[in-house]
Amino acid sequence: MNTIGTTGLVMNEPLIFERSSEGKRGIEVPKSDVGDIKPEDVIPADLLRADIEGFPEVSEVDVVRHFTRMSQWNYGVDTGMYPLGSCTMKYNPKVNEDIARLPGFSRIHPYQPEELSQGALQLMYELEQYLAEISGMDAVTLQPAAGAQGELCGMLMISAYFASKGRPRKKVIIPDTAHGTNPASVTLAGLTAIPVKSGSEGALTPEAVKAVMDEDTAGIMITNPNTLGLFERHIKEIADIVHEKGGFVYCDGANMNALLGAAKLGDMGVDVVHMNLHKTFSTPHGGGGPGSGPVGVKKELEPFLPVPRVIKKDETYSMDYKRPDSIGRLRAFYGNFGVLVRAYAYIRAMGAEGLKKAAQMAVLNANYVKENLKSHYHLPFDQPCMHECVFSDKLQFEKGFSTMDIAKRLMDYGFHPPTTYFPLVVHDAIMIEPTETEDKGTLDSFIDAMKRIAEEDPELVKGAPYNTKTKRLDEAKAARNPVLKWEKAEN
Amino acid sequence: MDFPKDLKYHKEHTWVKVEGNRALIGITDHAQEELGDIVYVELPERGSDSEQDESFGTVESAKAISELFAPISGRVVDINEDLADQPELINDDPYDSGWLVEIEMSDPSELDSLLTADTYKKYIEEEKG
Repeated sequence: MNTIGTTGLVMNEPLIFERSSEGKRGIEVPKSDVGDIKPEDVIPADLLRADIEGFPEVSEVDVVRHFTRMSQWNYGVDTGMYPLGSCTMKYNPKVNEDIARLPGFSRIHPYQPEELSQGALQLMYELEQYLAEISGMDAVTLQPAAGAQGELCGMLMISAYFASKGRPRKKVIIPDTAHGTNPASVTLAGLTAIPVKSGSEGALTPEAVKAVMDEDTAGIMITNPNTLGLFERHIKEIADIVHEKGGFVYCDGANMNALLGAAKLGDMGVDVVHMNLHKTFSTPHGGGGPGSGPVGVKKELEPFLPVPRVIKKDETYSMDYKRPDSIGRLRAFYGNFGVLVRAYAYIRAMGAEGLKKAAQMAVLNANYVKENLKSHYHLPFDQPCMHECVFSDKLQFEKGFSTMDIAKRLMDYGFHPPTTYFPLVVHDAIMIEPTETEDKGTLDSFIDAMKRIAEEDPELVKGAPYNTKTKRLDEAKAARNPVLKWEKAEN
Repeated sequence: MDFPKDLKYHKEHTWVKVEGNRALIGITDHAQEELGDIVYVELPERGSDSEQDESFGTVESAKAISELFAPISGRVVDINEDLADQPELINDDPYDSGWLVEIEMSDPSELDSLLTADTYKKYIEEEKG
């Protein structure tokens, strides 16, 4: 089989500051036909900057080449398969980008009067309904800016609930298969994380939860499917244990891609869930752009949702701020609206059956990769997985190379490395999430690359990558002595 | 791998060297090897209290950030300031110049709960499976 990774001419490119030469211009502005106004005559002196030192002076072609060359160093999901486990780096249809850029959506202003924003409000209102339906919740807020803020939102609401009952609870149970942000969100909300170990089959056991759940515990934060890519199959029983003591079940829905349309978290006893629109619902993820982490709740927690809430009266939509029990506002204006538009367009285009099919394909693809690679890589939990699978480097370690080397070598074959050394419950983990958007041909060439690496000369693998613009980096040196700012070289 | 006989070991891969009522604490050779190149260490402040089995800091390598668990309880009387600029001391010399903190023990009887070099070695072999 041909590998897709190859070499090619890639340009070096200095920093834009280093391209600068005095007096160089990108554009020439026509002579002004009105008289000069000196800035110092109209702007107070203390607000005026005398000089911008080192500001790059470059031509148009310098700028275009600068950024084009750097863009060619990049690897994205538009370039190839990006099997970064836990991240759902799937391909998102470009039509949803077009829709988010329609002027009616992209050029409205949040201060525009409600009567002139009816379309946007309707979209938000309906998206809330769709997400409630998909997750099995009663009400949804679209405000959180990303998953971790969704978690914080959920924890603040649970905390506010107990405070409103006059009996605050301060502890939250977190299994070791939960996402890493979970304990951080608990701490940020002023609560204390109580860690619980998962069972030998990679899932949380009801016994483990029973042992720590009490009436001072606000609830549990569980990730389902968990971060091993396994379904927490005792979730209903665990939820019952937590409910019996008056606690809430929070589900980190970042792995929702595996459940869409097939199962509802609300039916499993989950009371609060956040969904990552930027993973599951068609917003490119990982590019540093805005995310969105809507939170769904069961009725009991609805009064605590952030303000404002979109409401519908007759055929008119408006924002409701009169919610005395609300935890308040979490985010300026109404969340990351452009991400909401993409999610809405994606859900409408896919429909219920389409979403279910996406989840099925995501699960099928992960199982296909798992089954094909388990002959060459150690699979700590050999059981059907959901949308991702986790291997370790145990077999390769004996030959002298490790997870990091495998990840680096995979770049030579034209693939983005999978997630490495996470989750921590698997020693030297290699976590692969193919997503539903890769076809069998791509999966086969990925599997072939992984198998070939497993059998390669350890010395070769340890020196990888060879085809990339930048070869093997000294990661320890980079972290120990980071160069964080550019300084002009002394002449 | 090296496990000096004169040290006591905690299951979370720290070691203790007792001198009177004070104890020097660091991470084991096994721990530094598992972590790989250590790039940053976060240590408690002098005068703070640490509890046995509780986290007293973090150690960061190119692979991951791991919590440091105190092998014994007591007051932190000294920290290894050299690690701020040279975290690699932990990799190069985990039992000597790569020490982490010095603790004034509040309950020396806790030492009985720690492992000897031989039992620690057996423990990590079992852990590896």
